[in-house]
Amino acid sequence: MSEPGAAPERVRVTGPPRRRTPAARTADIDDETRLGGMYMGSLLREQLRLAVGVLSVLALTLGLLPLAFHLFPRLADVEVLGAPLAWVLLGVVAYPTLLLLGWVYVRRAERNERDFAELVSEVER
Amino acid sequence: MSPGLDAAPGIVAVAVVTIATLVIGTWGLRFSRTTSDFFVASRTVRPRLNASAIGGEYLSAASFLGVAGLVLTFGADMLWYPVGWTAGYLVLLVLVAAPLRRSGAYTLPDFAEARLGSRSVRAVCSLLVVAIGWLYLLPQFQGAGITLRSTLGAPTWVGPVIVGLVVLANVTSGGMRSITFVQAFQYWLKLTALLVPGAVLLVVWAGDSTPLRAGADGWSMPLAAGGNQGLYVTYSLIVATFLGTMGLPHVVVRFYTNPDGRAARRTTLVVLALLGVFYLLPPLYGALGRVYAPELAESGRSDALVLELPRIMLDGPAGELLTGLVTAGAFAAFLSTSSGLSIAVAGVLSQDVTGRPWAGRRLGGVAAFRLGAVVAVTVPCVVALAAPNLGVARAVGLAFAMAASTFCPLLLLGIWWRRLTPPGAITGLLAGGLGSGVAIAWTLGTSRPSGWADALMGQPAAWTFPLALTTMIVVSLLTTHRIPTHAGRFLVRLHTPETLDLDRG
Repeated sequence: MSEPGAAPERVRVTGPPRRRTPAARTADIDDETRLGGMYMGSLLREQLRLAVGVLSVLALTLGLLPLAFHLFPRLADVEVLGAPLAWVLLGVVAYPTLLLLGWVYVRRAERNERDFAELVSEVER
Repeated sequence: MSPGLDAAPGIVAVAVVTIATLVIGTWGLRFSRTTSDFFVASRTVRPRLNASAIGGEYLSAASFLGVAGLVLTFGADMLWYPVGWTAGYLVLLVLVAAPLRRSGAYTLPDFAEARLGSRSVRAVCSLLVVAIGWLYLLPQFQGAGITLRSTLGAPTWVGPVIVGLVVLANVTSGGMRSITFVQAFQYWLKLTALLVPGAVLLVVWAGDSTPLRAGADGWSMPLAAGGNQGLYVTYSLIVATFLGTMGLPHVVVRFYTNPDGRAARRTTLVVLALLGVFYLLPPLYGALGRVYAPELAESGRSDALVLELPRIMLDGPAGELLTGLVTAGAFAAFLSTSSGLSIAVAGVLSQDVTGRPWAGRRLGGVAAFRLGAVVAVTVPCVVALAAPNLGVARAVGLAFAMAASTFCPLLLLGIWWRRLTPPGAITGLLAGGLGSGVAIAWTLGTSRPSGWADALMGQPAAWTFPLALTTMIVVSLLTTHRIPTHAGRFLVRLHTPETLDLDRG
């Protein structure tokens, strides 16, 4: 340890620059160029389309149940395996359906992100 | 019921859960070394542990007691509550989970401020977090009162006071890391506490060979009574639960403990599975209650169904043992949900109220948090003692409606629409908050709901959510000059995978 008075001047130690190459397409996103905006726009559109798709399936299955029972009240008398239809659908079938939708979503969303990462990591030639 | 031998299993159950909660909390504290551990468990919680913790925190008194009671009283249309509470996580998964984690926000006001760069938006959000948190805490405390009265014969005020004190002890001493272990433990405790008695009671029912009493009185209709009004009420409930989950203050905090956006998605998927398994059980109690304990619905004590059914169906020590188990589960439900909510409300209070300089003096971080926690727990606890009982699941339903018509549109537009502006967000939050607030006040003041007005006010989400969403969009379009300059950069942060080397602002 040197004396405090005679301490040498501080030297800033830096690593190599983190950008692999300035020509990578990530630079377009960082600089918010029109091209970068298009890359981001395509990712957002893909992910939003996927989300809306999953939610539409949800709305057209579970979401239509109240309307179906409202229009056809006789459905309440239908029995499946000794239990009323509404109980089988809402009490049991709904949960695996939700899980399946979630699983499909996670797989596709991760694939969209991989595709995006590959696209923007390519170096322009 | 007179206290005495009858009360023994309940007392043992409550004592064991309380001690286990405090011991696990303390054991977890040994792993908490840094400030980051304290607040966000250093963001290293694995999806499965984190999902158990989310499940433990999310499954409240409304899920554990309320659903079975509602199903007993009203029938299949009440199955929409558990389905909606699970589907809410699917909606959260596809629209919010990964971006919310990537935003780096710890609370909803943090997200709003980071996204829109406005202190006023933050203030409105803080106010709403406190309102929703208290609305949600109220039925937890009231449920604790019901539980201890039903199993121990204790006066109604004992439950809220005990839960309030334990939560306060846990919240003020433990950090997020230790709470994560506690909440995860409490999910599995709650599941066991419904699963084991449920299986035994099912065997008893099969031995009795009593038929399930479906009948023609609308019990197997997944639709509220009253024709078109019933259809409206059911769809409005669906909107509130499907969209409200993402706006609950204690849900958001949990996402921050994930390592990255991808883990946030996977955690949510595991949560969907855990909730699905749990929610198979409460309707079973409702159906069995229909056969063995219809008098509970008639006397207005349906919330106690889960607790009393084992004794009604089984005599002797077996019934007592199962009663002890369900009491333990119910008590865990109050503790975990109340802890999560209290942390969320106390966090906001300490950032925006108790941590502010008052009369020239300013409290330190920990002191401000503790004072915030005391306020966060005391207010709903006192109101729970004074206010009439709303029915556990119904009060929680109103909290969901308010979350769906305030934070849900904010998150949706904040994450997916670059042109949201601070004035748009504020007017939208106020429109949704006032609309649902007025509706809740109206509902609390109406003893016998009838007619369209009461239906619209009793389940407001179907009109307050679109109201808030359109207000946000229209006002934002009118104030395009106020679009935050960093909006584009912020969307890059929300949506790009962390593996990419990008400037995220």
